[in-house]
Amino acid sequence: MDAANHSLRKFTSGLMQAVTCGCALLVIAPLAFVFYHLLKQGVGSLNWNFFTKLPAVPGESGGGMANAIVGTLELLLLASLIGVPIGVFGGVYLSEYGSSRLNRWIRFAADVLNGVPSIIWGMVVWVLVVKPMHTQSALAGGIVLGLMMIPLIMRTSEEVLLLVPNGYREAAAALGISQWRTIVQIIMRTALKGIVTGVLLALARIAGETAPLIFTTPGNTFWNHSLTDPINSLPYQIFYYSTLPYDDQVRQAWAGALVLLLLVTAINVSVRVLTRDRR
Amino acid sequence: MNTLMPPNEETNRTARRPEFPPSQHQAADAPLAPAAPAKSSTPAFSTRNLAVYFGKHQVLKSVSLDIKAHAVTAIIGPSGCGKSTFLRSLNRMHELIPEARMDGEIRLFGQDIYSREVEPVIVRRRVGMVFQKSNPFPTMTILENVTVGLRLNGIRSRTVLNERAERALHMVALWDEVKDRLNAPAVSLSGGQQQRLCIARAIVVQPEVLLMDEPASALDPIATSKIEELILDLKNNFTIVIVTHNMQQAARISDFTAFFYLGHLVEFDRTAKIFTNPAQKQTEDYVTGRFG
Repeated sequence: MDAANHSLRKFTSGLMQAVTCGCALLVIAPLAFVFYHLLKQGVGSLNWNFFTKLPAVPGESGGGMANAIVGTLELLLLASLIGVPIGVFGGVYLSEYGSSRLNRWIRFAADVLNGVPSIIWGMVVWVLVVKPMHTQSALAGGIVLGLMMIPLIMRTSEEVLLLVPNGYREAAAALGISQWRTIVQIIMRTALKGIVTGVLLALARIAGETAPLIFTTPGNTFWNHSLTDPINSLPYQIFYYSTLPYDDQVRQAWAGALVLLLLVTAINVSVRVLTRDRR
Repeated sequence: MNTLMPPNEETNRTARRPEFPPSQHQAADAPLAPAAPAKSSTPAFSTRNLAVYFGKHQVLKSVSLDIKAHAVTAIIGPSGCGKSTFLRSLNRMHELIPEARMDGEIRLFGQDIYSREVEPVIVRRRVGMVFQKSNPFPTMTILENVTVGLRLNGIRSRTVLNERAERALHMVALWDEVKDRLNAPAVSLSGGQQQRLCIARAIVVQPEVLLMDEPASALDPIATSKIEELILDLKNNFTIVIVTHNMQQAARISDFTAFFYLGHLVEFDRTAKIFTNPAQKQTEDYVTGRFG
């Protein structure tokens, strides 16, 4: 092998390393751009009123997104009440009980559901909940987001439960501890951090969903006082304000987007903190 | 049927369930207390034509033997000979593997443990187990690990739990090493200490038999000798069946030895006889290191 050939190879190798590195770095670019742009456009409208006042009538200045911020938190809570228990227990079934044949079908269904476009979830819940109730409502919004959480949480819970070494299941069985107690007190306790991480990631995923909310709870200018009334939410308010021809509302939409992004980032950071120490 | 009974020339020790020092809290133990064995000479285990299959593969072939109570019985044999499977069939642990099934009969102090009305969970309360890899629960403290078998079986009283934990930790000679840090995580202990902790966890529920699956094979020589001393101590209170790869260990600690090969029980006799004057050529070849 002659020297020229060798240096050509070295050059090619270095070039390809640079190309792959560049592609990987491109992941960071959109995030940096989004943050920069939102800060530039939105931070000016973030003030005390934004967090405490109800939305202003389109065309008038002032007002805020207080009911949308609280509404999003309420919807996330409602969705968790539905999605967390069903998702976690489903994951327990897949990991601890299920027969491999049934499991294959459940996993397949969950993976398909994870890929269903969110607007279709909105249509489904519109047919199943909104139409029979004759009204769009906070409840319908919570249900659609909760349903979207189930397959996400189920799969992550299953995976972290399967990571618990079998030695612990055997040790518990050898002590004459019943299977359910073993699962709750030993297996789930060991996997708790992973389960919580999965729940938080699912919350981060659905926090910004807009299309399903357009079908189920398309905003509310005022505070929501009942589960059967529509509730406002950050994604919907952003969507609504950004379509208006008034500068003041458009600026508030940017501010709302910034708050939503900070909320999702906060959830992701807490996932980081949770998974950092010990395994 | 090739039933191999251990010769009975030894003094006929009474087969009783292990006696802990008397406790004023016997009432709390009552739900766990197993039925008293029928006769003094009843073997702890008696297997007849035991066969175990994993799917289509037959791992154990017609094993019949009687395991004497209050003695140490060693199971030896080359890898894959079925000795672990045999051990696990004694407390129905092999059933945790989905394709496992068994034929034949196993009696624990005379009671058929595979009969329809017997729950595997109850069998495992009477027959404890220690594993090759020490496996204290990582989310629990030292004390919580020792008492977990009692707590998750319904014993609540702090006094009872602490008392029984202390007694068990004394029995495994771990008390002095951990008494000042009972609330430290169990995984902070050394490997040998963790294994003794697992033995304490197994005996605190007062099983009648203790199964040990190569309990010292992952430990250094000093920790190993501590475990061996412990086994000789525990013999007074429990019937012990131990699987081991280490022939010297079997010779040092066991009263009886069973040699398994390719799923068959080749020979079962007093340990001294197996190691000095075995009846079978295969046994001799194995214990002298000519194969396996």
